[in-house]
Amino acid sequence: MNIIVCIKQVPDAKDVRLDPKTNTMAREGVESIMNPFDRHALEEAVRLKEQHGGTVTVVSMGPPQAETVLREAVACGADEAVLVSDRAFAGADTWATTYTLGKAIVKNGPFDLIICGKQAIDGDTAQVGPGLAKRLNIPYVSYVRKITGFDGGALSLQRLMDDGYDEVEIPLPGLLTVVKEINEPRVPSLKGKMKAKSLSLKTLNAEDIGADPDSIGLPGSTTQVVKVFSPEFKGERAMLEGTVDEQVEQLVNKLGTYL
Amino acid sequence: MDYFLTEEQQMIVDIARQIADDKIIPVRAELDEKEEFATEILNDIAQADLFGLYIPEEYGGFGGSCFEIVLALEQFGRGCVAIATSFAASALGAYPVLLSGSEEMKQKYMPDVASGKKKAAFALTEANAGSDASGIQTTAVLDGDEWVLNGTKQWITNAGKAQIYSVVAITDRSKGARGASMFVVEDTDPGFSCGPKEKKMGIRASATCELIFKNCRIPKDRLIGREGMGFITVMKTLDLSRPGIAILGVGLGQAALDEAVTYAKQRVQFGKPIISFQAIQHMLADMAIEVEAARALVYGAAKHIASHPKDMSKASSMCKVFATDMAMKVTTDAVQVLGGYGYMREYPVEKMMRDAKILQIYEGTNQIQRNVIGQELNKEYTKKI
Ligand SMILES: Cc1cc2nc3c(=O)[nH]c(=O)nc-3n(C[C@H](O)[C@H](O)[C@@H](O)COP(=O)(O)OP(=O)(O)OC[C@H]3O[C@@H](n4cnc5c(N)ncnc54)[C@H](O)[C@@H]3O)c2cc1C
Ligand SMILES: Cc1cc2nc3c(=O)[nH]c(=O)nc-3n(C[C@H](O)[C@H](O)[C@H](O)COP(=O)(O)OP(=O)(O)OC[C@H]3O[C@@H](n4cnc5c(N)ncnc54)[C@H](O)[C@@H]3O)c2cc1C
Repeated sequence: MNIIVCIKQVPDAKDVRLDPKTNTMAREGVESIMNPFDRHALEEAVRLKEQHGGTVTVVSMGPPQAETVLREAVACGADEAVLVSDRAFAGADTWATTYTLGKAIVKNGPFDLIICGKQAIDGDTAQVGPGLAKRLNIPYVSYVRKITGFDGGALSLQRLMDDGYDEVEIPLPGLLTVVKEINEPRVPSLKGKMKAKSLSLKTLNAEDIGADPDSIGLPGSTTQVVKVFSPEFKGERAMLEGTVDEQVEQLVNKLGTYL
Repeated sequence: MDYFLTEEQQMIVDIARQIADDKIIPVRAELDEKEEFATEILNDIAQADLFGLYIPEEYGGFGGSCFEIVLALEQFGRGCVAIATSFAASALGAYPVLLSGSEEMKQKYMPDVASGKKKAAFALTEANAGSDASGIQTTAVLDGDEWVLNGTKQWITNAGKAQIYSVVAITDRSKGARGASMFVVEDTDPGFSCGPKEKKMGIRASATCELIFKNCRIPKDRLIGREGMGFITVMKTLDLSRPGIAILGVGLGQAALDEAVTYAKQRVQFGKPIISFQAIQHMLADMAIEVEAARALVYGAAKHIASHPKDMSKASSMCKVFATDMAMKVTTDAVQVLGGYGYMREYPVEKMMRDAKILQIYEGTNQIQRNVIGQELNKEYTKKI
């Protein structure tokens, strides 16, 4: 089974701050990490490879620094890494991102399965996985919490729902997005780290993937971020007095004003 | 302090640190409480290729020396001495084969030890043979093409969890120290079994049990090296492995220091963080000095031993004594810095103090190490004068 794992480099969640003046994310001095959900996507891909053979290729669209997370992925079991990078990709929204990733994946060669994280912890839209499947015209299942079987042509899965899980099947080639419950990611291995150090990454730019300049980056993005802000913290407190019945009545009255 | 590690050595440290932080530390208190063996974490260590650090490449290992394993053990010791002991004991069980075993024996056993698929154990101690190995009662008698082992080993780390046991038995009592030999016993051999789990003060997530040999028959070629070489192999093994125990003291001491400083900065008494009291500051300063001094000595000794010198014993014993006595003192002081909270199981330092004690006892007590150092000094100066 040849598997593609989409990996996004994101700022470490512990450090996320917004610049109050510009309303943009303060990226300076913030450490970049592999999107946590993508670790689980990678682990599942490596486990599938260990069981059924094949290869795992990690793909990331991002600035040259995204190389770090790709090498980390190789240390954790990926075989190949593709960095999709070009100044022209900057400012991409999910629409442009799925276009670009789709083109890059097709350019890279045939695959059986694509695995994405459920969502990125910075953008948080959870749109890239399903959008990418649509771009490639393949089926997808999101929120996968367990892979229960593989019969050579299709995967049996459990999809996490609010009130339990669905059992679903997906024919390959297809795409999954995974939740954290799916596995416990491994730490890098010594052999993996040595390989990651010496492996030459494949780099693809806009021209390499044959991208239409109007479909990538800012020009290709249909959404625009108009304003980003931290909600103001309102720490109002009120103490209710009286008997329990009186307090309940006061509470109901107070809550009523919010309905 | 920067010890100028090579890029590969730094990789080993990074991987081991990540295992300690992500896998070991979150579960160590629970495993200790339940006295549960850390099977999953040892599998993680295996998956990270660290079981093969000291095993030559031709047997599937990384080809490192005792310094590389020391680097990994420092991090594991910082995480949990019980889990680190289980890991270290596998190396202890493998060293006799690597040091004295035949080529076929190494080919047969080392690849599985290097991959972590199989674990090893080392069995010397008996009820009446602790510091004094001449008290060994276990015997091995050649019967046709098989050795027949009888006797009981005591307090063997990884008993019941390992598949490969390096066992010391008497093959000819009349020859004294030259009458002991070492054998590989496999967990599936007929007549071999393990006793119940011992209840311990510390390192409670490690497995310690008896090994029982009742007419245990093993093929003739399981003899490690030549007959009568048993004690020589034991001495060489322990010289090589002791820096590994020493560094557990360093990792543990570092962990205790980290806890103590962090706590001292937060705990407020008399209107000030307790770290502002000079009595506490001096205690922390002494702890930091001792941890770093021990680290420098262990790294130095491990590098010396890795160069295969003739005089390993003194360096090996010195670093073991210094670093493990330090660990006992530093963990005790850490409990003192945390006061009553330090005595509670809610905080990690009481476990650290319980775990520190074993380091002064196993792989040769610190009294025995001092005997060795004293004897070596006597020999050295006899030559000089
Ligand atoms: C603060 C902020 C606000 C934003 N607001 C919007 C907005 O309102 N509308 C909008 O369209 N865009 C927005 N974006 C941009 C958007 O985050 C990115 O354009 C898009 O590339 C990724 O979407 P996501 O981060 O939500 O990823 P998700 O869709 O949440 O990511 C799911 C998975 O897709 C894969 N993936 C995502 N990005 C990449 C990549 N670059 N390379 C490889 N794999 C990847 C990963 O496997 C990931 O786990 C915003 C970004 C930020 C930082
Ligand atoms: C948790 C645990 C795990 C262990 N794992 C293993 C293992 O995997 N394999 C294995 O073979 N063994 C193992 N041991 C055994 C361990 O190595 C012995 O306990 C140790 O060598 C000391 O022997 P003893 O306990 O019989 O003490 P004794 O030898 O009875 O010593 C008692 C005291 O007398 C002192 N003493 C003895 N002789 C002298 C002397 N000549 N000069 C000065 N002082 C002396 C000692 O230092 C000690 O303080 C383990 C023990 C424990 C507790």
